[in-house]
Amino acid sequence: MTTAHEMNASPPRPAPQLPPPESLWLRTSRHPLVWPLVTLALILAVNASLNPGLWHLEWRNGHLYGSLIDIVNRAAPLAIVALGLTLVIATRGIDISVGAVVAISGAVAALMIGGDLKIVDGQPVHISHWPLPVALLVALVAAAACGAWNGLLVARAGLQPIIATLIMMLAGRGAAQLLTSGQIITIYYPPYFVIGNGFFLGVPVAALIALAVWLGMTLLLDRSALGLFIQAIGINPRAARVAGVRARTITICVYAFCGLCAGVAGLIVSSNVKSADGNNAGVLMELDAILAVTVGGTLLTGGRFTLAGTVIGALIIQTLTSTIYAIGVPPEINLVVKAVVVFAVMLLQSPEFRRQVRALAFRGGAR
Amino acid sequence: MLKAEGISKRFGAVTVLDEVRLHLRAGEVHALMGQNGAGKSTLIKILTGVYPVTAGTLALDGAPIAPASPLDSQKLGISTVYQEVNLCPNLTVAENIFAGRFPRRGWGGLKAIDGPRMVRETRALLTRLNLDIDPTQTLGTLPVAVQQLVAIARALSVDAKVLILDEPTSSLDDSEVESLFTVLRGLRASGLAILFVTHFLDQVYAISDRITVLRNGRFVGEWTPAELPAPALVSAMVGRDVALASAEAADAQAAAKPADSATPRLQLRGFGAERRIHPLDLDLRDGEVMGVAGLLGSGRTELARLLFGLDAADLGTLAVQGETVRFTHPAQAVKLGLAFCPEERKSDGIVGELSVRENIVLALQARTGLWPCIRPARQRELAQKYIDLLGIRAADSDMPIALLSGGNQQKALLARWLATAPRVLILDEPTRGIDVAAKQELMNEVMRLAREGMSVLFISSEIDEVLRISDRIVVMRDRRKAGELPRGATEAEVMNLICEPAAA
Repeated sequence: MTTAHEMNASPPRPAPQLPPPESLWLRTSRHPLVWPLVTLALILAVNASLNPGLWHLEWRNGHLYGSLIDIVNRAAPLAIVALGLTLVIATRGIDISVGAVVAISGAVAALMIGGDLKIVDGQPVHISHWPLPVALLVALVAAAACGAWNGLLVARAGLQPIIATLIMMLAGRGAAQLLTSGQIITIYYPPYFVIGNGFFLGVPVAALIALAVWLGMTLLLDRSALGLFIQAIGINPRAARVAGVRARTITICVYAFCGLCAGVAGLIVSSNVKSADGNNAGVLMELDAILAVTVGGTLLTGGRFTLAGTVIGALIIQTLTSTIYAIGVPPEINLVVKAVVVFAVMLLQSPEFRRQVRALAFRGGAR
Repeated sequence: MLKAEGISKRFGAVTVLDEVRLHLRAGEVHALMGQNGAGKSTLIKILTGVYPVTAGTLALDGAPIAPASPLDSQKLGISTVYQEVNLCPNLTVAENIFAGRFPRRGWGGLKAIDGPRMVRETRALLTRLNLDIDPTQTLGTLPVAVQQLVAIARALSVDAKVLILDEPTSSLDDSEVESLFTVLRGLRASGLAILFVTHFLDQVYAISDRITVLRNGRFVGEWTPAELPAPALVSAMVGRDVALASAEAADAQAAAKPADSATPRLQLRGFGAERRIHPLDLDLRDGEVMGVAGLLGSGRTELARLLFGLDAADLGTLAVQGETVRFTHPAQAVKLGLAFCPEERKSDGIVGELSVRENIVLALQARTGLWPCIRPARQRELAQKYIDLLGIRAADSDMPIALLSGGNQQKALLARWLATAPRVLILDEPTRGIDVAAKQELMNEVMRLAREGMSVLFISSEIDEVLRISDRIVVMRDRRKAGELPRGATEAEVMNLICEPAAA
């Protein structure tokens, strides 16, 4: 070992000067999760100032109740979709069909459950067409298959991800409308409602599902080499292939997983509203999900990604939406307000922009 | 003409350049020499305004300058051609040459790009370079060597006073180098100052009027070629005497080689692919270094890609350790103990934003599969082992590999494959773009690995390297095997096989 050193660095380099001790502030400000957290805190603060009841939590009917719980509950499907999408984006891809897949999964579940009220032994009983687990499984398999199809188009047929998933966005939406015959299918089967409305140990089931997805993914990425492979594929797919990484297989699996996540979100959404709406379920959800991923700090150019950032991103988007509703912005301008806030958030997160602002501030201070 | 004095550059705590000076005079070709990581690229980036200096002064024609950006330095008259081709493969040759300053036609706000004029001027420029290509051709369809010449044409199209060439010849063959030199001599006569970075010593002596040597970020000296013969130049770069050409060592190694086992490690019979490689037979034995010589486009790289499963072989058979296999994906080849360092380091090799450590463990992890994951502590240990073994210059194994110099990236790629303990190592131009000392170290390492039983396929366009290292040499020509030579063959014999016209 020493010989190798000596061979290479014959005249020793000048002793490296120790880097100036970095201030705690500087070190923190570089952590990738700091800016998403700051953003979330800011939006919550604005919300709280306009809506004093925000922090109010109470225990009612055996579960937690309050605006915050409501936000977390509503953010759950978005967070799940965005988590799946994070991996796709990390492979340098994109999936804009997730909204359509949300609708498909809800429609399949609704059709298979349906729900009839029957009188058995003088008691009213709700009966589903198929057993609930079967219905859920089929809905999820359908969603994963949509994702796998996207993956095949991208990895095997070599389509650009945005085109491949644009096809699925249209075809999937069409399929969902076909399944529901363009109607809203109402579900009459209370056990199904637990997914989107239920509580477990006082916490919304939907939020628990999102938490489970997040923790499960984190564990998987930590214990396996999947994270390394996905990043390698996202940064340099050719080099990853030469190194023996099964880039295509992994890409297809990642898209399939993204579809599966959208399927889970579809179940939560349809369970929450106790119906399946092929026309409107999941509409524009793909855009919210992409926003959540980006706001969370994952670059659309692929490579490095952060799941925690995505979860925070989903909370940011949902808090923003809730805030807009809560403070009574007229519906016709709420998209504009949302756009402005997202714009501000993106600027805040751009290191280049922050550098310019700092430079301006310093010049101003020196004057 | 261009004077740089006391140039220092620090990145954080690392001093990359320390009080370096460089004097370029009008009408001279000035060679800038140094090992990988000596600071050549950094110095060039300072001259071209990519990095600001930490200390020191730059002056052009006596007036101090401080280029703030590459565009800025271009306006000052400093034009650069970088080591790796930095053009847009999807644009035409003419568009690449004029990108950013298209000639305009028309009045006021309605100026359209003057396409015909652009093509006309491009053609004139290319004629100056003796390059006969169609300016409207898409750049990506041309061979890399031609792309490199287009990059030089682009640099010349600006009215430059100083032309900087950062390893312009690393992807050119001999005749292309000669035509480039003819152009450079013409430019020198017209009073241009040319800064020329290369690792090829013979080229330094063929063209340069003056040599500046850097070592470890410091200025070692400035000489004329007459004052500094090749051995002295090498010791100036390395800071010690290098033992060149270790043919005796290789001979001793051949003697100590284990007896040939019955089954060759790789056996090719009529192996090839339609329109890529004509069927050929080849045996690679245990612990053997097989050299592959041939010109650019002779089928060297194609052979390696077929062997490794990057392209599908559809003719003949390939047997690994006696077992016939058909690879459809490199992963299968890796599983059987093959390893492949590709020629195109940037596009097929490194994963730029990942750390050195992650790049080194990538192939091993890919062979292991998703599970179990190599723990970070173990990754660091592995990476450090190879950083020490191969002398990779990296501040630590967690820095992104893209920040390493070219030669160190090459070593890290070698480390990636050594970590998989391969039985067959395929090296495609492993010594391209790395300096003399690193080349020697790399070749010593290859010979040591062969002694331990690894079989090596060593592809190189530098014949003396192939001769020095190989137990046997296969010569490729026109995508077929032209012949096979034993150890001890002369350069002339190899050249004969390479050049022998197919008609003969």
